[in-house]
Amino acid sequence: MANTFDGGPGRPFGRRGFLKGAAATAALPALGALGGRAAAQETVELTYWAWTPGDPDMVAAFMKAYPNIKINYQNVGQGAPHYQKLRDALKAGTGIPDVAQMEFNSIPSFKALNALADMGQAGANDIKDKFVDWTWKSVSDGDKVYGIPWDSGPMGLLYRDDVFSKSNLTPPETWDEYAEAAMKIAKDSPGSYITDFVGSADAGWVAAVLWQKGWRPFHVDGTNITIKINDQIAKDWAAYWQKLIDAKAVDTAPAWTADWFAGFDSGKYASWVCAAWSPVLMISAMKQSVGKWRAAKMPQWNKGDYVISNWGGSTFATMAASPHLKEATQFAMWMGGNLDTAKFWNQKQYLFPVVKEVLNDPAVLDYKFDFYGGQQVNKIFAEAEDHVDPSFEFAPFQDFVNTHIQDEFAAAIGGNGTLADAFDRVQDAIVSYAQDQGYTVTS
Amino acid sequence: MADLAADAAASMPRRRTPSNIGRRLAPYLFLLPFLLLFVAFLVVPLLYALDLSVWRTTLVGGTRFVWADNYVKAFFDQKFWYGVLTLIRFALLQIPIMLILALVFALILDSGVVYLKSFFRVSFFIPYAVPTVIAALLWGYLYSTNSGPAAQIATALGWPVPNFLTPTSIIPSIANIATWEYTGYNMIIYFAALQAIPHELEEASVVDGAGGFTHALYVKLPLIAPTILVTIIFSIIGSLQLFSEPYLLINVARTVINSSFTPNIYAYTLSFIGQQYNYAAAVSFLLGAVTAVVSYVFMLATQRRGRQ
Repeated sequence: MANTFDGGPGRPFGRRGFLKGAAATAALPALGALGGRAAAQETVELTYWAWTPGDPDMVAAFMKAYPNIKINYQNVGQGAPHYQKLRDALKAGTGIPDVAQMEFNSIPSFKALNALADMGQAGANDIKDKFVDWTWKSVSDGDKVYGIPWDSGPMGLLYRDDVFSKSNLTPPETWDEYAEAAMKIAKDSPGSYITDFVGSADAGWVAAVLWQKGWRPFHVDGTNITIKINDQIAKDWAAYWQKLIDAKAVDTAPAWTADWFAGFDSGKYASWVCAAWSPVLMISAMKQSVGKWRAAKMPQWNKGDYVISNWGGSTFATMAASPHLKEATQFAMWMGGNLDTAKFWNQKQYLFPVVKEVLNDPAVLDYKFDFYGGQQVNKIFAEAEDHVDPSFEFAPFQDFVNTHIQDEFAAAIGGNGTLADAFDRVQDAIVSYAQDQGYTVTS
Repeated sequence: MADLAADAAASMPRRRTPSNIGRRLAPYLFLLPFLLLFVAFLVVPLLYALDLSVWRTTLVGGTRFVWADNYVKAFFDQKFWYGVLTLIRFALLQIPIMLILALVFALILDSGVVYLKSFFRVSFFIPYAVPTVIAALLWGYLYSTNSGPAAQIATALGWPVPNFLTPTSIIPSIANIATWEYTGYNMIIYFAALQAIPHELEEASVVDGAGGFTHALYVKLPLIAPTILVTIIFSIIGSLQLFSEPYLLINVARTVINSSFTPNIYAYTLSFIGQQYNYAAAVSFLLGAVTAVVSYVFMLATQRRGRQ
């Protein structure tokens, strides 16, 4: 299980190559026949760090297409350990890879270290139209490009049809309806909860759902940073969940444990506000509840709205220290933007696509999942992808923020104040941290 | 050491023979493997950390020399002292239980009333050989309120499920793991010390009419008292370094173990999550100082008692 203080154990799960419940059936064209623009030059060697299963296959296919580029693939850890080693290498100034997997929410942190190269200078903008708009906006700054999108996690709702039916509930359209459903399930099915509030274990989730509500806690402009963690949006959100926690209508057990998954499987937890990589994860993690799950649109704060946020997803980033910007960018562009590669990530590794052509492929959209009672789950998340608001900005020290959110939420859940107080404490700690780090802080 | 060697050489007749030079060099040659490792893996890292701790590198503004700023900050850091307090509570609970158990086991094994002596000796020691990571995973399962054995038994009997990972129970739960891990280790140390006690003493006390229990209490225990003292010091130091057990339980005990639960976890968070390598180095040195003070105070206290 991915550890722990960084707040992101959730995301990597979505990338595992689960073989159960294949999402799509189209065959993968022979990759060797892709051809390339390889010229007879001397070989350039690139080091590439990533943790996604299937990487070695694609690296091999790339080297076939580009014989003059040799890729040394290394898996140095999944999530937090990967970034730690990357930071260590940057600090040491040696052993820095040329290309690295970089989650969307880590880009600002590594930009702050001046660690990311601008791939726009090496032609990355040529393929920008291939990608879902918000993903490209998230990795670029005008013509500067800091990552080639790999996969994403537009949010939605997975719920237990059996538990909902018992209380005559339909999937809630709004968060108010969700809260009502929570009370109803707690009353009708003792021992069951509509969900587990995972704030103490997964600050990545907290940021994602608050993103939808309009929370914009950080804005960086050079050495100036605006920090508004405990604004009214956060306070309202805290009050919403505090009410459900106090009423014992949601559980507060630690997330991502075996017990937690067992809770979904047994019907103890009846729903999960999650991301596009979650449906396949659930298929692999559930044993008894096959066929009882359904997917729906993420609940909205205002009836009739369609506002979606993103949780997780990665990019391919070229490091500024690389002496081979051109080749590294070529590799990153091929890994993210080449159609057959993008299909491979989706069909073999179940990553949620960011390449429009793959996303709109009928074989993907129309696939009926037995686990979800024959529902075309991808359609729901593909539609959600079009409604992601890309204006959310992560902090240049997001891991540290996540740790504080988790610590303070844990304290609040343990009885030390409320979630609203926790936001105040996080705000104070992060403002003082940012000042320590030399930023001019506006709060 | 150098002085001794030089003195020894000076007091000898002036005879510059190869064997004499060899004699002067020999101790250093024998020490060399140790010294190399000692310097490479202890002295150099310590000096590096010391150097780190007097600078401050920030995301904006680069690196500057700050004298003792990091130490001053650490000294007034509530999170650090809260972690120390947690560990003192932990140590006060865990060390006596563990060492008394270890002592009892060692005395029983040494008394010769047990069959399969080596079997028991090994089986008590095995937990120490289990990697901490595995141990924490194991205990994470045993403590689980859903799938753990205690929970299952309680559910089957209709009792309330015990929760081992609440704010009040977390320290005893971690102490339990540490006791399970290290009792065998301390037992072996005691056992070795007991084995070194001459057999004649036992014969003498038997002649004087002492039973096994009396003999253990009045003869064996006083004789291994220095060993006990050493294990207590080691245990205090070990307790203040507590890291792996709570760190690995954090996934299942989110609401009670946070990122500054112990000073070592705090230093880890500061450096690897917060990128405050300099401050983390200062926190580590402060922890070292606290450990030295606590150990010294303990030694002082026991020495004074010994003199009375």
